[in-house]
Amino acid sequence: MKNRIEGKAYVLGDSIDTDQIIPAAHLVYSMTEPDERRMYGRYACTGVPNEQAGLPDGGMPLTDPEAWTSEFKVVIAGSNFGCGSSREHAPFALQEAGIEAVVATSYARIFYRNSVDGGFLVPFESRERLVEQIRTGDDIVIDVPAGTLTQMPSGDVFLLNPLGDVADILRAGNVFEYARQAGFIS
Amino acid sequence: MQGAGSVLRTGMGQTITQKILAQHAGRDRVAPGDNIWVDVDTLMTHDVCGPPTIGIFQREFGEDANVWDPDKLVILPDHYIFTEDPHARRNIEILRDFAAKHKLKHYFDVGTARYKGVCHVALAEEGFNRPGTVLFGTDSHSCTSGAFGMFSTGVGNTDAALIMGTGKIWVKVPETMRFVFEGKLPPWLMAKDLILSVIGDIGFEGGTYRALEFDGEAVFDLSMEERMTLTNMAIEAGGKNGIIAADQKTVDYVEARTDAPYEMVSSDSDARYLFEKVYDVSTMEPVVAKPHRPDNRAAVSEVAGTKLDRAYIGSCTGGKYEDFLAAAQILEGNRVQVDTFVVPASTEVSKQLREQTLGGKTLWQVFLDAGCKMGHASCGACLGGPVDTFGRTHGTEVVISTTNRNFPGRMGSKQSAVYLASPLTVAASALHGEITDPRTVLV
Repeated sequence: MKNRIEGKAYVLGDSIDTDQIIPAAHLVYSMTEPDERRMYGRYACTGVPNEQAGLPDGGMPLTDPEAWTSEFKVVIAGSNFGCGSSREHAPFALQEAGIEAVVATSYARIFYRNSVDGGFLVPFESRERLVEQIRTGDDIVIDVPAGTLTQMPSGDVFLLNPLGDVADILRAGNVFEYARQAGFIS
Repeated sequence: MQGAGSVLRTGMGQTITQKILAQHAGRDRVAPGDNIWVDVDTLMTHDVCGPPTIGIFQREFGEDANVWDPDKLVILPDHYIFTEDPHARRNIEILRDFAAKHKLKHYFDVGTARYKGVCHVALAEEGFNRPGTVLFGTDSHSCTSGAFGMFSTGVGNTDAALIMGTGKIWVKVPETMRFVFEGKLPPWLMAKDLILSVIGDIGFEGGTYRALEFDGEAVFDLSMEERMTLTNMAIEAGGKNGIIAADQKTVDYVEARTDAPYEMVSSDSDARYLFEKVYDVSTMEPVVAKPHRPDNRAAVSEVAGTKLDRAYIGSCTGGKYEDFLAAAQILEGNRVQVDTFVVPASTEVSKQLREQTLGGKTLWQVFLDAGCKMGHASCGACLGGPVDTFGRTHGTEVVISTTNRNFPGRMGSKQSAVYLASPLTVAASALHGEITDPRTVLV
C-alpha cells in the first residue's frame, strides 16, 4: 500500500452495485491472460446509468470506450459502495482501469473484503460525504498515514477513517502475503 | 403491518451464528467483532468465479498443489451454460480439466446427466446443506444455505482460493438481527413477500456485516424451499448470512439426501441481538420491490395497473418447484398477456415440472398452454449474462420477476426496469399484462 495516492477523481453516487461496476456479460474474460484481462479496465463502470456516470454532470465514462485504462485514479462515492454480487471482478476491474483507491461513506461487505484480501485497491471511508464536494476531474491527494484527502488546488482537507484491522492485510499486499507473514501458510 | 417494534436484549448467551462459528474456530464462545479463523466444511464455486479462483489457487500454492480436501469442494456450473459465447464455454473447460486433475467427485458437469443448475438450489438437493456446518461460496447468494441451520456466506475468488488451499478462512463474527414472523401465512402471501418487507423496513444496507436470523411460527410453517427464499435475500439487505434454526422438516429433508453428519444448533434464550422485529403475517400484504433497488418496497395494491412488457419466473430465489406450483395455480387454464419466461432453477425442478400434475396436466404443460416460454435449468437472465441468454432484456422492457435483484442493467439492459415480486404476484400480473394483486385472481 502506497503512502500517497494522487490523481484525478471520478465521482459516483450511492449504492453503486457490482453489476454497475462490471456488468455480468463481461465476466467471461480471463483475469490472467493479458489480452483478456484488459477488457475489465475498458468495461469498468459501464453499467452505471449514463446520467450518473461522473458526477455532477454525468455522461463521463470511467474509461474511454476506445481505451484500456482510465485517466482517473480515485473513485469518490456515497454509501453502500459495491453492493450486490460477490464478483471479485468488480474491484479487479477498477484496478485494471487504473483506480488505486475508492473513498466512500460506506461499503457493502463482500466488495470491501475482496478489495482488501485481493489487494486490488484501498477502500477508504470518508468521515463526511464527499459526493457533492468533489467534482469528477478534480485533482486529489490521499495521504495514507495522515488519513487525509486533499482537494487541489483549493487545498480543502477531508478526513478519512482509520483502516483498522485490514491495514495489516493491505500493507502485506493481499491475504496470502498476510497469512505467510503470520506464519499461517508457507 | 408490523407487530411489536425493535427491542434490544442483552444477555450472555450466543446466537446460532456465534455458536456455529465458535465451534469451527475451536472455541467455546465468540463475540460479535471477533476476528477468527474457521474450518470450512464446504466450499462451493461455479463457472463465473471458479476459473479465476483456480487461477489464484495455482498462483499461490503451485500448479500441482492439492486441494485441501477434494471431497469438500463442490463445483456447480450454472451461470453461463446455454450460450454460444466462446469465453463462457472455455470457462467450463477449465472447470472440467481441474475436476479431472483433482478427481473431484462433486463436480456436476455441463452436458451430462449430472448437470444440476443453480448452485444454491443444487446444494440443498444434493445434501450439501447440513445443520451446524460452515459453507463458503463464490456467490453472494451463498447465504441461501442458512435455511438449513448452518453458517453460509459469499466470498470472492481470493478468499475461495485460500480456502481451496487450506480449508480455512478468517471471519469477523457478525452481530445478529432477529426477525420473528408470527401467525398463519395467508394463501396469497409467500416467503418472497416476507423478505421484501424486511429489506424494505431495514433498507438496502440495514443488515450490512450482520447475521439475519429468522424465527417464529410462520417461518417454521414454511417448507424448506420457502425458507431458502428468506435466507437467499439476506444479502439484499447487506447481510453476511441469513439463518433459520433446523427443525424436524430440516432433518427430514437432509436425511433423505445424505448420510453425512450434522448437528442441530439453536440460539440461546438469552442471546444478544442487535435488533429485533416481530411481524404478524396475517396482516401483511403482497409487496413488490420497485426499480432499481430491492429495498424500494411498495404494496402490490399501490402499484397495481403498472403496464408490463415481460414476466420472468426463475432463479435461486424464485425458480424452485414450489415457486412454479404457486404460479401454475394462477396460470392454469389461462393465457399470459405478456412474454413470460419460465426458467427452472435446477434439472431436478425441471423434472418435477414434467412429472407433477395440476388439473390433469403436468405443470410444464400448464405453462406451455398458458403461453409461457420454457427455458433450461440455469441462472438464466436473472443476472443478464451473455447477449444470447434466454429471457435477457435488450431494451426498455418493464419486467416483473421472481428474481432477487433489480439493479440498473441487472437483467441485461440498463434501460429496462425490473419489479421483484412473489411467484403468485408475477403470475397474476402476467395474466393481465400489468401489475396485479394475486388476491384478485386467487379463488
